[in-house]
Amino acid sequence: MSDVQVSDKRTVSVTINGHVYTAEVAPRVTLADFLRKECGLTGTHLGCEHGVCGACTIMLDGRTARACLMLAVQVDGCTITTVEGLARNGELNPLQQAFWDNHGLQCGFCTSGMLMCATEFLEQNPKPTGEEVREAISGNLCRCTGYASIVKSVLDAADRMAADEGAR
Amino acid sequence: MKPPAVGYARAGDVQEAVGLLAEHGTDSKVLAGGQSLVPLLSFRLARPSVLVDVNPIGDLAYIREDDGALVIGATTRQRDVELSPVVAEAVPMLPEALRHVGHVTNRNRGTVGGSVAHADSAAELPTVVTCLGGEIVVEGPRGRRTIAAEDYFTGTFTTATEYDELLTAVRFPRLPAGTGVAVEELARRHGDFAIVAAFAAVHLGPDGTVDLVRLGLSGVDSVPRRLHEAEAALLGTRPTAEAITAAAATAPNTIRPSSDVHAPAGYRREMAELLIRRAITTASERSEVTT
Repeated sequence: MSDVQVSDKRTVSVTINGHVYTAEVAPRVTLADFLRKECGLTGTHLGCEHGVCGACTIMLDGRTARACLMLAVQVDGCTITTVEGLARNGELNPLQQAFWDNHGLQCGFCTSGMLMCATEFLEQNPKPTGEEVREAISGNLCRCTGYASIVKSVLDAADRMAADEGAR
Repeated sequence: MKPPAVGYARAGDVQEAVGLLAEHGTDSKVLAGGQSLVPLLSFRLARPSVLVDVNPIGDLAYIREDDGALVIGATTRQRDVELSPVVAEAVPMLPEALRHVGHVTNRNRGTVGGSVAHADSAAELPTVVTCLGGEIVVEGPRGRRTIAAEDYFTGTFTTATEYDELLTAVRFPRLPAGTGVAVEELARRHGDFAIVAAFAAVHLGPDGTVDLVRLGLSGVDSVPRRLHEAEAALLGTRPTAEAITAAAATAPNTIRPSSDVHAPAGYRREMAELLIRRAITTASERSEVTT
């Protein structure tokens, strides 16, 4: 017999956008449902619920993850950033502002996933080409824009962030 | 599209994981990166009663060299392997192949052990370990076993792992310096499952003839395939267009593709020949004659 406990409920304590959330959850609850229903953070969207559309992309301990492909019980002790954590004091960050200015969204459903995906991408590749942006967002589905304005937004964000960096 | 009710246990080490698997038997399932298992749960295609989470086993996340082999611990994230300079130097086919595995977000979570244990014959990593002649290390109540990759994959999503064993490491033979590698993949979109993927590693001797060649295909059979006939045809020859075309032409007869919604078998056969030809050509061009 194994002495490791198999549990039907577990207490999860996780830091999200700087706030600690603690709740009892069943193992079947995905991280995406936990964020939306337990934490009230409905900015993370759920499209396909099986890891295809990218709408539920969040940042987990500094890397993107699909919140529908994780169970909430797995994030105990972790640090998460969701789309709600991008703006500072009610002011959009340069990436968000670039989406706004370049019409990088119409209905907005894919936007939170696109923003999280592009956040990680621009950290790793601050001066991307359009082709690299297209590949980077290829795991995030958008049914409105035809992607052109999203690619434009990400490229514009890269320029803005480089200018901010230069001004510093 | 929600996972069914399920029990959950965190394994702190390999022994705990094996103990849980032995106790719960075929009702249990190992949860690693979750990029395949969690969708299977959501679709209710998998209904285990217990998930054994091996992510907390820190000892299983490593990349190290051992006796001419690159050894990668089971829970090592695919993204870490893709970006590792040690891997790029020892087995350059790995980063090349990993760029085709889902998207960065999937590779941040997805593990090497998980992809190999899942044994999808359309996936990249099972074919890389197979065509390079690698080995899979599993541990269970009866101890540790090291299984040659070609014996490990036994059928569609089926492996030689027993229900109470845990895949703990994957061993890739080191490729000699100067080996050229190439991966050619046909998919509807970047990051989608391969319809057919071809893998080639070519090393040239001082006289410019092939002295090492490893070839593999994904998506063309119930298991990942190594192309022994094509390898034998190329070995010792100069990699001319004629030699490469002749070697690639042996591929369609050694595979058993099936027809599905993505592509009919005949199309996969044709693409297998085309893509392996392209992969051999590129790998040969990238290989450097070493003296």
